[in-house]
Amino acid sequence: MNSTSTSLSAKIIEPTVFELSSPGRIGVTMPASDVPETALPPKNLLRSELPLPELAEVDVVRHYMRLSKFNYSVDDGFYPLGSCTMKYNPKINEDTCRYTGFLYTHPLQPVETVQGNLVLMYELQEWLKEISGFAGMTLQPAAGAHGEFTGVLMMAAYHKSRKDTKRTKMLIPDAAHGTNPASAGMLGMSVVTIPSDERGNVDLKALAAACDDTVVGMMLTNPNTLGMFDEHIEEVVALVHKCGGLMYGDGANLNALLGIVRPGDLGFDVMHINLHKTFSVPHGGGGPGSGPVGVSERLVDFLPSPLVGIIEEADGDTAPLYGFVTPKQSIGRMKAFHGHFGGGLVRAYTYISMHGPDGLKAISQYAVLNANYLQARLRSTYKIPYDRICMHEFVAEGSFEGSDVRALDIAKRLMDYNFHPPTNYFPLIVHEALMIEPTETENKDTLDRFADALIKIAEEAKSQPELLHDAPHITPFGRMDEVKAARELVLCCWLPENYETLK
Amino acid sequence: MTYIPTSPNERDAMLKTVGVKSLDDLFDAIPKKHRFPELDLPPALTEMEAASLLSEMAGTNENVREHMISFLGAGAYNHYVPAVVDHMLRRGEFYTAYTPYQPEISQGTLQAIFEYQSLMTNLTGMEVSNASHYDGATATAEAVNLAFAQFRGKRKKIVMSPTVHPQYREVIRTYSQGMGLEEAGDDVSVNPEVGPEALMSLVDESTMLVVVQYPDFFGRIHDYTKLIEDAHAKGALVCIVANPTALLMLKTPADMGADIVVGEAQPFGIPLWYGGPYLGFFTTKKSYVHKMAGRLIGETVDNRGQRSYVLTLTAREQHIKRERATSNICTNQGLLALAAAVYMSALGKTGLQQVANLCYQKAHYAANELDKIDGFELCFAEPFFHEFVLCCPKPASEVNEYLLEHGIFGGYDLSKDYPSLNNHLLVAVTEMNSKQEIDTLVEVLKEMSHE
Repeated sequence: MNSTSTSLSAKIIEPTVFELSSPGRIGVTMPASDVPETALPPKNLLRSELPLPELAEVDVVRHYMRLSKFNYSVDDGFYPLGSCTMKYNPKINEDTCRYTGFLYTHPLQPVETVQGNLVLMYELQEWLKEISGFAGMTLQPAAGAHGEFTGVLMMAAYHKSRKDTKRTKMLIPDAAHGTNPASAGMLGMSVVTIPSDERGNVDLKALAAACDDTVVGMMLTNPNTLGMFDEHIEEVVALVHKCGGLMYGDGANLNALLGIVRPGDLGFDVMHINLHKTFSVPHGGGGPGSGPVGVSERLVDFLPSPLVGIIEEADGDTAPLYGFVTPKQSIGRMKAFHGHFGGGLVRAYTYISMHGPDGLKAISQYAVLNANYLQARLRSTYKIPYDRICMHEFVAEGSFEGSDVRALDIAKRLMDYNFHPPTNYFPLIVHEALMIEPTETENKDTLDRFADALIKIAEEAKSQPELLHDAPHITPFGRMDEVKAARELVLCCWLPENYETLK
Repeated sequence: MTYIPTSPNERDAMLKTVGVKSLDDLFDAIPKKHRFPELDLPPALTEMEAASLLSEMAGTNENVREHMISFLGAGAYNHYVPAVVDHMLRRGEFYTAYTPYQPEISQGTLQAIFEYQSLMTNLTGMEVSNASHYDGATATAEAVNLAFAQFRGKRKKIVMSPTVHPQYREVIRTYSQGMGLEEAGDDVSVNPEVGPEALMSLVDESTMLVVVQYPDFFGRIHDYTKLIEDAHAKGALVCIVANPTALLMLKTPADMGADIVVGEAQPFGIPLWYGGPYLGFFTTKKSYVHKMAGRLIGETVDNRGQRSYVLTLTAREQHIKRERATSNICTNQGLLALAAAVYMSALGKTGLQQVANLCYQKAHYAANELDKIDGFELCFAEPFFHEFVLCCPKPASEVNEYLLEHGIFGGYDLSKDYPSLNNHLLVAVTEMNSKQEIDTLVEVLKEMSHE
């Protein structure tokens, strides 16, 4: 296993911290002990060596600075990654979430000493309920997929509490994100795939045929991953409810709906909300996210525990006392402590407080305008398989007749024009999909430059296809050998074998 | 305040290109009776007003840096975070990037997480680390998922020590609701004096996983080597939930033969933040890598012959396997894995050893002094690292109330989770607690015992 590098001949652009290490080098030091010394535990309980790097602080800073420059981020430029809502992350959020009073409060300290945190959480719960139209809300889930799992657990618990144990089938449209079937799979449910019709809606006939008394419910993303708002949403909800099923809403695409329509009003029973998409929590290179879940009246008792609630009502001049409460038939705890407070909830609270009802509506209006504008500009160059007014995103086909250029080549070539590529090969029901979500925080100039680049790339696909096959050209790294990575599985590195004798 | 950059002229030009008259015309697909609800929310604040409001809310809290002396641990620890950590985290290139799906323009995140994986494997002694989970509790629940997948559901028993963090056990129970598991050992009324060997009587041929904590929830250091040997003889896997700061000093779980080592890496550069977001680490043997959930970064080369890194073994994941995936996870705690990597690099081997030693020394000084007070004593004789159980002359809740009046968070009241441990406080001491703070705690408790 000690093959330090499979790629001994490969050129090293930036060494790892293990390679930068030098025996005896000192970084940040700790104060000397101010207490009388106690003997260490017996030797058989101690580790024999600690093979970790030794660097000076300046080495560390330069290393991570160089690494940071290999990344493309929202702060660098346009990032139209479909269904990921890569909007601008306001800088004020980065300050508020680091206020001393938030940063240095312990999750187990008495509630009387953390009323600031609890008020924030309580108000955020109430705001998210108002925005989404739900009767209850938990802030505990750590991410969208975690929220989904929470939702599916509540659906199962609801049916179980009614002794309705026949229900084992989850209905999921073919356009759905992979987390939906995976969440249902985690509870041993069987998944029934419902096709989409030619306008990108749920196929009502197929849905009606699948609805019976074994249905747990339906997991629907609306607008779906094609960017289409289902034109028969009320019929879809009615069919599922009529057979006794519950309606799960995947909130991945909530950025299209703020102040436009509330999923709770449409009859959804449960939905997770991605604070890291809609409410400007930064994505952090893949987390941490935050995935609160809203529920309709009949699922309120099943919410995870604990929830933030008022444990002593206000009395005269005294403010209410906020604390934790346990729902009657709670599914239990989804993670330790109270959710992604600092990184998720404080940022989202800051963001919502700065928008108000009109500001939130404007977010969705402009997110939808930007997507439709790009769709209109690209329509004559790229095939749009479901071509109608879209919501906050749309899907184009990344291939051309008589050309061997694929969506992947277009995505990679976009990097040479200094854009992050759209999501590609998703949703699975579109051939060579390019899923484009511009968000509301981009101006017309940026959208025009992006559309121009895609139109130019379509020309290149005909005149110089090799330019696309070999792309990207101007990035610090070229295309990776992913097969080699999976075959050789080099998943970590170590200090060099002769480390102690080095230097 | 708004972050929408579009001017009215641009808006009108764009609407014209789209072919609609107004913004509201874009929403005809939405049922009319539910379209454009009036939201009952407070009016928008400017940045200046929001900053002031949030600052006021944060100021309402009693925090452990400015107001309170704290000996609270129980899964979240008050450690010093070197300045360099947050400076690196604040690079927009890191924190405003997405999951590194496009490796050509994500090598910063990919290499940093590869280094995080390497740091965690070197710390635990295990062979493989994934790119992290939501927190220590969910990482432990994923160990149960791994074992379930490993035995393809044929073994359904899990033996959990009652001295695994109560919230972690609770999360495992929530997660495994659909698996039909048999749970044993998770009995909080058992005599806490009983050591880990007592668990062995519960392990049999149907056991898929044994879960123990190191140091355990009461702070005690057990050598699990024998337990693991015996569990392996029955064909079961063993997962150790470990504290990473303790691992800087103590025998590695790999040396004891553990199959899976998970835990909460919050102590490595992540602020208390009222409980999150934190960082669940997950390490295991290479032979279980295909059953492990979560993101994984592997080394490769690019088409220019440069060493580089990519997300690998993605065929395990939900977007490919859908309902057959082991887990529905799509994210990791990317930015916080970076925090842990910068923390470990910036302190380095020497600084990290200093942190561990300070925790150990100060905790033992505190334990020693507290044990001398009339009516107070250490509950257990086993070696401990930086956390220990103090038996008090009256209910822990009353002791804590008295301490709170004197500006001290005394420790975690164990009766909340262990009904028989009514007078028992779980006390944590880190490098952040000065001798003076410890002496203050001792003085105040002396006063209390004389009252």
